[in-house]
Amino acid sequence: MEQILANGLYLGAQYALIALGLTLIFSLMNVLNFAHGQMYVFGGFVTYTVVAQFGLPFIVGLLASAAVLAVMGGLIEKFLFRPVIRRSKREESTMLLAAGIAFFLDAVILLLFGEKQRGVPKIVNGVLNWDMRIIMPYDRILIGVLAITLIASFILFMQYSRTGRAMRALAQDRMAAQLMGVDVDRYSMIGFALGAMLAGLVGGLLVTITGINLGMGGPTSVKAFLMIMIGGAGVISGAIAGGFILGMMESVGLTLLAAYGDITYLVIFATLMVFLAIRPQGLMGKPWG
Amino acid sequence: MKRRHFLATTGLTLGLALTTSAAAWAENPVLKIGFVGVTSGPAAAWGISNQRSMETRAAWLNELGGVTIGDTTYDVEIVPFDDQKDPKRAIAGMEKMAQDGVHYVVGPNVDDGAAAVRPVAEQNGIMYFPYAFPKELYTPPASNAILGMVANYQSGPAIYKHLMDNSGVKKVAFVAANESDPLSQRDGGVEAAKALGLEVVSDSVTYQVDTTDFTPVLLPVIQSAPDLLVLSGVSPANAPQLIRSARELGYTGLISTETAQDATVLTEGAGELANGFISVGGASTPELASDAMREFVDRYTKMFGEYNDESNTKVYALEYILETLKANPAAIDDVEAFKSTMDTFEAPNPFMVGDAKLTYVGSTSFGQKRQVSVPLVVNEFRDGKFETLFVAQVD
Repeated sequence: MEQILANGLYLGAQYALIALGLTLIFSLMNVLNFAHGQMYVFGGFVTYTVVAQFGLPFIVGLLASAAVLAVMGGLIEKFLFRPVIRRSKREESTMLLAAGIAFFLDAVILLLFGEKQRGVPKIVNGVLNWDMRIIMPYDRILIGVLAITLIASFILFMQYSRTGRAMRALAQDRMAAQLMGVDVDRYSMIGFALGAMLAGLVGGLLVTITGINLGMGGPTSVKAFLMIMIGGAGVISGAIAGGFILGMMESVGLTLLAAYGDITYLVIFATLMVFLAIRPQGLMGKPWG
Repeated sequence: MKRRHFLATTGLTLGLALTTSAAAWAENPVLKIGFVGVTSGPAAAWGISNQRSMETRAAWLNELGGVTIGDTTYDVEIVPFDDQKDPKRAIAGMEKMAQDGVHYVVGPNVDDGAAAVRPVAEQNGIMYFPYAFPKELYTPPASNAILGMVANYQSGPAIYKHLMDNSGVKKVAFVAANESDPLSQRDGGVEAAKALGLEVVSDSVTYQVDTTDFTPVLLPVIQSAPDLLVLSGVSPANAPQLIRSARELGYTGLISTETAQDATVLTEGAGELANGFISVGGASTPELASDAMREFVDRYTKMFGEYNDESNTKVYALEYILETLKANPAAIDDVEAFKSTMDTFEAPNPFMVGDAKLTYVGSTSFGQKRQVSVPLVVNEFRDGKFETLFVAQVD
């Protein structure tokens, strides 16, 4: 049981971090960023390149992923989403744009980094073995702790910084925030950059554990959407809750349902359908903050 | 006047250059060979190694002046189509090949894609070389598919037997991705293991291909304490993570798979934890490789930057197509002529030392010759590279 809980917490921490960026972008701009998974993959490849190809320390790779993805996110918002949102009132325009960016990034990743699975060496060696009740490699513990630290930092940033407060105001009521003098364009761009940066950071963190490959983007986006649907789209605490709930459900299901074949996700999806039928806005719904 | 003269001279030179290059371009007629397979997504490595092997070999042959079939010398052109591992796309790809008049296609890479394209291939007179294992593709009445590699039900028993005899393996556990190929390979492996007298201690655990933490997946498998853990049909992307998780959970037994893997990917993803991992290698070893194989590797590396060990096998399909067409030029647009040639076909194998031959095999497994003959090379990963464990022949 302890092992199941430990696995669930570790999975939940990484999932929550993935979902945070997606829910931030959704709350600020009402955009479902289908390219979130590809941004995660791009971040992983940047860390891989810096660490494995250039031989620089892991922390440099992580910072490079954050920087590259933040710039990429900012540019995507400024030059792609902003004009489309300005010209089109139809929500599907931004969805199509996001899907197009996902395909484009897939192609760019293939061209820049190739089709192979990539990974970087373990950043910490050794395995924690607590009397055979919990077996957890130290690098997973480190990545889990880093993920939780990043989540806490993000919450503090959103809660207490001027930029965070402006973005929360924007998310609660775009028009009111504009009337109160919030530079909507600027904070939308910062928010998108921050969301993309979070995706890049998770990619960079997990490249040491799971490695990275071209095909991970789509499934990652699907899982991230699943988490924010559980927690409530656009709600930061909901994304965190959704991440941990999904992680725990996966861990419990994979252990207890293993004997019945791969039915864990079948059970998760069936549960989610029933849950959404009862509570379509997710656990925490809107407004977020 | 000078300017007019200059313009006239430039125009004449340009015209001549264009005529000359057009003449050079049109020197040989083009023989189109198709490729329908996966070159994007998680399994992209399988298809890309196919396509690049074909493109490397085609460029090499064209550089040498082309391929002479009957009285005509052709330049070989590879027509690729990415099926994205989607059977519907594979059908669309095969239909495109039919529309383009292509009669010989390499691929698809996976079971459902290969099964899906069968009606299109048979209706349009296309011979295709899948890297998929369902026997019904190759057994009568099917006759247009030719297995391009060694199947898991051929390599699996050989590996298990070797490990039983040499490492005392008695208990075996299987884990597979929840997809058609790995699941069918697992079922084939379980059957083969039981037939050899091994005790199967776990065969129901599966995983999603996008799993990011394999610890919970492998926990119940490791608890069953197998001597050998078989990663059925594992993709190069998942293999390092599975190996790493198994070792980190304290598993010290043997780990094997019947799919081909990539040494760099294993090194990066699992490092020394992958030492001892047994997999089916590309159909070549340093001892078996001829000068032509070494040149192929060099050319591939120059063209694409990095070689893929799987290409040791995937270089063969195009060679078989071209050599069979040379043996019977009537087959160039008549696949029935191709089929009739296959039974007796034999040509020197340029990629192996000695007097190795290209021949079609498969009579034992399929009741007819619907498989290319390539050596079964079983590798053991050790300190960043593959070492040959043993080499065998199928059929």
